[in-house]
Amino acid sequence: MGMSLQTVLSQVMLGLNNGVFYAILSLGLAVIFGLLNIVNFVHGALYMLGAYVALLGFNQLGPLLGRPDFHLNYWAALLVAPLVVGALGVLIEKTMLRRLRKFDHLYGLLLTFGLALIIQGVFTNYFNVSGDAYDGKPEVLSGVVDLGFMLFPKYRVWVIGISLVVCFGTWFVIERTKLGSYLRAGTENPELVKAFGINVPLMITLTYGFGVGLAAFAGVLAAPIYSVSPVMGSEMIITVFAVVVIGGMGSIMGSILTGLLLGMVEGFTKVVYAPASGTVIFLIMVVVLLVKPAGLFGKEA
Amino acid sequence: MKSLYSSAALSASLLLATAGLAAPPKETISDGVVKIGVLTDMSGVYSTLGGKGTQVGVEMAVKDFGGKVLGKPIVVVGADHQNKADIASAKAREWFDNEKVDMITGLLNSGCALAVQKLGGDKKRITMNTGAASTELTNGAWTPYSIHYVYDTYALGKVTGQAVVQTGGKSWFFITADYAFGQSLEGNTSLFVKKLGGKVVGSVRHPLSSADFSSYLLQAQASGAQIIGLANAGGDTINAIKQAREFGIGQKGQKLVGLLIFDTDIKSLGLNVAQGMQFTSGFYWDRDEATRAFAKRFFAIHKAMPTMDQAGAYSATMNYLKAIKLAGTDDPDAVMAKLKSMDISDFFAVHGKIRVDGRMVHDMYLMEVKKPSESKGEWDLLKIVKTVSGDEAFMPLSESTCPAVKK
Repeated sequence: MGMSLQTVLSQVMLGLNNGVFYAILSLGLAVIFGLLNIVNFVHGALYMLGAYVALLGFNQLGPLLGRPDFHLNYWAALLVAPLVVGALGVLIEKTMLRRLRKFDHLYGLLLTFGLALIIQGVFTNYFNVSGDAYDGKPEVLSGVVDLGFMLFPKYRVWVIGISLVVCFGTWFVIERTKLGSYLRAGTENPELVKAFGINVPLMITLTYGFGVGLAAFAGVLAAPIYSVSPVMGSEMIITVFAVVVIGGMGSIMGSILTGLLLGMVEGFTKVVYAPASGTVIFLIMVVVLLVKPAGLFGKEA
Repeated sequence: MKSLYSSAALSASLLLATAGLAAPPKETISDGVVKIGVLTDMSGVYSTLGGKGTQVGVEMAVKDFGGKVLGKPIVVVGADHQNKADIASAKAREWFDNEKVDMITGLLNSGCALAVQKLGGDKKRITMNTGAASTELTNGAWTPYSIHYVYDTYALGKVTGQAVVQTGGKSWFFITADYAFGQSLEGNTSLFVKKLGGKVVGSVRHPLSSADFSSYLLQAQASGAQIIGLANAGGDTINAIKQAREFGIGQKGQKLVGLLIFDTDIKSLGLNVAQGMQFTSGFYWDRDEATRAFAKRFFAIHKAMPTMDQAGAYSATMNYLKAIKLAGTDDPDAVMAKLKSMDISDFFAVHGKIRVDGRMVHDMYLMEVKKPSESKGEWDLLKIVKTVSGDEAFMPLSESTCPAVKK
């Protein structure tokens, strides 16, 4: 199949667009795994929850408060959804995950997987499975921009931009600041860090809240592009876990770069042989696991 | 004392059992109950357009019929096949073998439908399919006990394909769901496009339940085709239409055509995005007084207007029960004979009849999505552009490969 430069460039843009979602979600997983040693299977459900906070905030909150004209707008949702979901994350960590810390991390995986099923089940019961449209996309981000080689929706440009800022910002905080060094030290040797007077349990709780907050943030970004549906998270999370495995569990930069890269690989597959687009990431995962079991960016144990 | 009671009960039931054996075969209902099973997607991508609503339709029909037929009770059971053919088939087997289910309806998803229909043929039980679309159900996979009630890919492709080609949409590019249903829909539509002098310039097949269609849409755009045909359903169609709009596709010259769309999909998309689209349907709730009256009652229970699958399930159940009454028995052979000879006429089926291949032929409708300014209410979504008679819309018996059709 012949590909013009134009086709290549437009697929790079589309791939990047899908890639930033993979990146932001796998980043959250990497942060949580790095610090809490938990494979957070509820991540997809919380991403979905973020999208629903935006949707319900826009459609339902006003009438609920007795002010039908009130809409929680998109910008506010970008802030509120991560806070609401982050708070829920704090609750989950404090009441459930904390009790499992002394056990094998298989238990954490099972617990979060169960939570994901419950949350998704409840939403499936009350909401339209084929999805609801989110109408709160701000006017400034409507329409398309001419990139020279293609017309690209303004909204997607914004999504790519803000996601990259958030991803690299998180990387910077964790790898390059004092706060980040506490976090990393806390995983290595919690006792020693406690001795310096740092409240390690609180730090862990907040990290979990932050990690799932990222998922909710991605959910709000996704709401205007995809339909907001109870199954949006479960469809996404499988791919994201493959991304995490390929990048290497726990590597911050690895998860970001792998997410972006695989988004593009998937994009090109859609042009070359579309029916394989759903499986190509898993094929790569198999190869990586055989050749470099710790992942592309993971440290060998 | 207790043992006295139980031995009395035992002998009574023995007597009853013997009486049952001795009773004449006519005028009977097998097992003393007519049991209808609703087996469909209750929780997945298609559950909004079928799901619980299909069961509501069936239950309404049973209630309207009086809850009893030939003096015996009618019972409705429901189950989720999760869009998996093996689960569908296992559930149907359990229903037929252990739970005395006489007829299964719903059966959204062609994969599940084909599996259950085959089992029904083996076990001599009736399947009245209201959900699935594949024409295979009335051709190679036909059984003496199968009925395909609401619509199929042939009718969808023909009515929509013709309407589009006749208004100038000559060149097509398909975005197709990569499984039996999508391929069948693309195949059938292509046939009519070509027959009328149009051409198909290309197609791309995507995995079921894709979230991102932008890449496929750009390929469709680059093909230069006038028409982008969506041979998929439910969430896939919704995402494709939404994202086409986002990229400005389908506004200048190129036109987007959804080949299988349900009212609930339009509800998801919103009129703003969907306005002006044309597609084919077997039913619309706001067609006339009778459909509105049914829809109003349905809405009171289900909080949504009935789709063609849900309204079709009501009609299928009602006519099944009528046929039992007319036949004087629930024996599947006798009931099938009645169903295929009686007129099928109610608010759902206009000029309906069930052919020898199990196809229920009835009027189909070319629909158009209203502009937001034309809509007067939450569910005021569509208008009927054209009514196409069943004989014109569905595959004629002369083209059928059904073993029951004599050539």
